[in-house]
Amino acid sequence: MLELKNISFQADDDGKEIEILKDINLKVEDRFVAVTGPNGSGKSTLAKIVAGILKPTEGQIFLDGVDITEKSITERAQMGISFAFQQPVRFKGLTVKDMLSLAAGRETAVSEVCSMLSEVGLCARDYVNREINASLSGGELKRIEIAMIMARKAKVSIFDEPEAGIDLWSFQNLIRVFEKMHTEIQGTILIISHQERILNIADQIVLLSDGRIEKTGSREEVMPDLLGAGQPCKTLTDKL
Amino acid sequence: MDAIQQELLAQVADLHEVPEGAYNIRANGEMAGRNTTANIDILTKEDCPGIDIRIKPGTKGESVHIPVVLSQSGIQESVYNDFFVGEDCDVTIIAGCGIHNGGSAASAHSGIHRFFVEKNAKVRYVEKHYGSGDGNGERIMNPTTDIHLAEGASLEMETVQIKGIDSTARTTTAEVAEGASLVIKEKIMTHGKQYAETDFTVNMAGADSSVNLISRSVAKEHSRQIFRSRIVGNASCHGHSECDAIIMDEASVSAIPELTANHIDANLIHEAAIGKIAGEQLIKLMTLGLTEKEAEEQIVKGFLK
Repeated sequence: MLELKNISFQADDDGKEIEILKDINLKVEDRFVAVTGPNGSGKSTLAKIVAGILKPTEGQIFLDGVDITEKSITERAQMGISFAFQQPVRFKGLTVKDMLSLAAGRETAVSEVCSMLSEVGLCARDYVNREINASLSGGELKRIEIAMIMARKAKVSIFDEPEAGIDLWSFQNLIRVFEKMHTEIQGTILIISHQERILNIADQIVLLSDGRIEKTGSREEVMPDLLGAGQPCKTLTDKL
Repeated sequence: MDAIQQELLAQVADLHEVPEGAYNIRANGEMAGRNTTANIDILTKEDCPGIDIRIKPGTKGESVHIPVVLSQSGIQESVYNDFFVGEDCDVTIIAGCGIHNGGSAASAHSGIHRFFVEKNAKVRYVEKHYGSGDGNGERIMNPTTDIHLAEGASLEMETVQIKGIDSTARTTTAEVAEGASLVIKEKIMTHGKQYAETDFTVNMAGADSSVNLISRSVAKEHSRQIFRSRIVGNASCHGHSECDAIIMDEASVSAIPELTANHIDANLIHEAAIGKIAGEQLIKLMTLGLTEKEAEEQIVKGFLK
């Protein structure tokens, strides 16, 4: 179980301190938890704080009761936290097979790579030895990123906007991957998303707004608010 | 041949035993073994140290190994090797030099290789440099490669220097005739106080000639690297050079490209990028459970693969 206690995060913006996260308290117990909210509400910051990429200004993070607030990215990864970037990183020279082997923590056979890639809708024959470089499209990179997370079989898998930068057609396929993951995965999935179809399969939805948790609960509890949230301002409604 | 020499051979030529086909092994300035075949002849030069390698026209699928090993401290030598590759050949040439210096005197090997590749012949040329030994004596290598490609000929050169060479100045010149193509792939890693300099000059003399120079390098610690490339297009041709370097610690890398077009249809491109390992690459690998150092090693290993 992942637990955040009183997490705050301040960033420096041209000498001015701005508060991105304010006193976040959250228990992630369900299998599939979605974090949603408007742009700039602090979702990605929250994910990076859990992965150890950003250090919270205040508060503590617990994984299965162990305080991991001071642990490094590497230590957290080894303890079972896995993180899929919103914008996957490119590497000159490292191949899809190299990255999947690093993710799995051991040398993987071509047949294993094949099954990992087919899970995300890629044919291994075309990808095993491809370099993770500029020759891959955004959608391909995104799927490889997801395959890496699946290869890790971690306790907590975090996905930061898996739909970002993906065309609609590719997204339809991705949804299927997450639907499948929801039924099969052994750990917890924490997914940051705006997509209704992803929110629809979540066991718990966390609505972030302006750095605070506005609402959290089952999808039946949160979804109605969500659709009503973010009412346009008066200037816009007047025009409509 | 002793254990040190055998280790050097394994490093520079992937040779664990006597190779198949034609070969000439030079150890500490002397010939340590030679084999010729019906199509490939190797002759000792009479006017200077070195050999002539003559490959009969139409020879296909054969290889020549000409490794050099130096294990005595203080040897300084210049060796002249000429390759005459007949028309329509398709051959692989594997050179390489390993220096083990356990003493305090500098050891240096300068290999001057000239290639005369006749019409429509195809050559793959692999060259590896390696140094070992814990003596204070410097390990120096200055390879010169001079390539002449006749009409329709092609040569692909792979040159690798990953470890242990203190100082290297690598000069490559080429003359590319009509329809001929030249590809050079260079990989260099320097560390400590090493110095590596590469200098390419390619003259595109014939119509539809092409050249592609690709250099990938990693400079660590206090090492220095200079990459110079000159491509001259005297006919309708395609020329491309690319220098991609990772810089670490206190190292320094210079890329100095020069393109000259003397013909309206000469297409010449140079790309150069020098920079440290991207922070997000390190973070990505750390989220997979690697330490920062392990992540760095993986990135460098992949980059030079």
